[in-house]
Amino acid sequence: MTLKTPGQSDRPPGRGRLRASQVPWWFMLPALALYLFIVVVPTLRGGFFAFTDWNGLRGTWQFVGLENFTDVFGDRRSRAALQNTVILALVVTIVQNAIALALALALDGLLKTRSALRVLFFAPVVLTPLVAGYIWSYLLAPDGAVNVLLRSVGLGGLAHDWLGDPSTALFSVCAAIVWQFTGYAMVIYLAGLAGVPTDLVEAARIDGAGPWRIFWNVKLPLINGAIVVNLLLSVIGGLKQFDQVVAMTNGGPGVASETISTAILKTAFSSGQYPKSIALAVLMTILIAVVAAAQYRLTSRRVEV
Amino acid sequence: MKRYTRRTALLEALIIAVALFYMVPLLALVNVALKPKNSPTSAFEFDPNLTWSNFGTAWQQGSLGGALVNSAVVAFCSVAISVVLASLAAYPLARLTRRWSSLVYYLFIGGLLLPAQLALLPLYTTMRDLGLLGSLASVILISAGGQLPFSVFLYTSFMRALPADYEEAALIDGCGPVRAFFHIVLPLVNAATGTIIVLNAVGVWNDFFAPLIYLSGTGQVTAPIAVYNFVGLYHAEWPLVFASLCMTVLPILITYFLLQKYIIRGFAGGLKG
Repeated sequence: MTLKTPGQSDRPPGRGRLRASQVPWWFMLPALALYLFIVVVPTLRGGFFAFTDWNGLRGTWQFVGLENFTDVFGDRRSRAALQNTVILALVVTIVQNAIALALALALDGLLKTRSALRVLFFAPVVLTPLVAGYIWSYLLAPDGAVNVLLRSVGLGGLAHDWLGDPSTALFSVCAAIVWQFTGYAMVIYLAGLAGVPTDLVEAARIDGAGPWRIFWNVKLPLINGAIVVNLLLSVIGGLKQFDQVVAMTNGGPGVASETISTAILKTAFSSGQYPKSIALAVLMTILIAVVAAAQYRLTSRRVEV
Repeated sequence: MKRYTRRTALLEALIIAVALFYMVPLLALVNVALKPKNSPTSAFEFDPNLTWSNFGTAWQQGSLGGALVNSAVVAFCSVAISVVLASLAAYPLARLTRRWSSLVYYLFIGGLLLPAQLALLPLYTTMRDLGLLGSLASVILISAGGQLPFSVFLYTSFMRALPADYEEAALIDGCGPVRAFFHIVLPLVNAATGTIIVLNAVGVWNDFFAPLIYLSGTGQVTAPIAVYNFVGLYHAEWPLVFASLCMTVLPILITYFLLQKYIIRGFAGGLKG
């Protein structure tokens, strides 16, 4: 497995070899047509309608400036959704990547059962997220498995209604997401670690470096590509989060675990406030774009050091 | 070389324990699905009166059969469309060095960052105007279109790494571009095709958002929507609910455990390029 880090440039062998007239440029037309129809045009229309009072039914609309955005920030549900989504994305990204990296380092070693273990840890990834959410809402119910376990080890004082308590609902959803997708991040870290040359690690060991130094100074800089991919995948996944929230809390109690995606749907289809829900979607897109740009810049600079 | 020491054995035992703990939610899924109604046992205990009747009831009450067929149709059609269209588009994008072609390429991969939520309402009204609401065709088209950015990205990076010599030779021998593509280029990027099929098929099978918006409330639903509706009706009857969850994820879990090597490689393969 080869990992290319951002900023690395090698001219690919096949590029520019054929004369332009020999390349069937029209091969891209069908894909382009579908992509414009499903993604580009609706997205541009969405971005445009965020500044109008379009309601989807009438053909007419009027510009309203930033009114939809001030509506978003004046609305309790939308404000909570923005805040919760950022918290969720941060918590999931940090916890998931820490666990995944630790597991990958352990499974990259000499363990005899490492391929079987990899299969087990990865299994939840292919599960339907909605189903994973339902399983966890059962485990976290007041008389569910988590509380039974806590009581049986004498920590009954910690047992409570995880999803019904506004202070734990959002973090319970985070736990379910981390459980489901840590295996994915682990597999990506494993792919990165497989690309670390063994003689480099050997040389460091002979020079007297301990496991911690080897990890920090040899392996970590070499799996930079895997880190970028993982951070991007988990932050963006977290910002779009919808399925598990619907299954576990549907945004509740109150608005304690509302995310941007669930708020968009409620605003549009339950309250019929189309422009406000589109403004929320625009804010979500901006969040994703900012995170992607920041992460790309930060991590590609570190490679050059 | 590092050897297998007592410390390694200790680490191995620890990780195995963690892995078993990690499997508890999946074991609970099966265990609870087999319990009789109102069983007094908890998620970790086996009820000696285990029963298969939940599966039959859930299958009929939840109309799971039709939903699973719909899921399979949507997954197959959308993956087939996106594989064909993306591989065709990636070929000129990988070979051309023009300014406009790299713009088209960036237009495609820019889609990796665009959330479906922004396109949702305009696309919804378009589908409504076309009379496609409630038909599988709408979800097939939306899923196929949504898969294009990643598929085009992966195919393009694989094809760029491919030497042009074979196609050149074929073109000199009088082979047309269509034949050169399907007989020479496409077989050489099988690894990309595998990754794209795995990732997209899993993604579409598990997708909840698009079918919820375009299919819910109609007779034509996919498996996640059938489960969602079923939970809405029987939310307190966990054994019944878990039986329906089991049947929804069973096809994908069986496929996973049979083909785990290829599926894990498929997911990790998304990194290459």
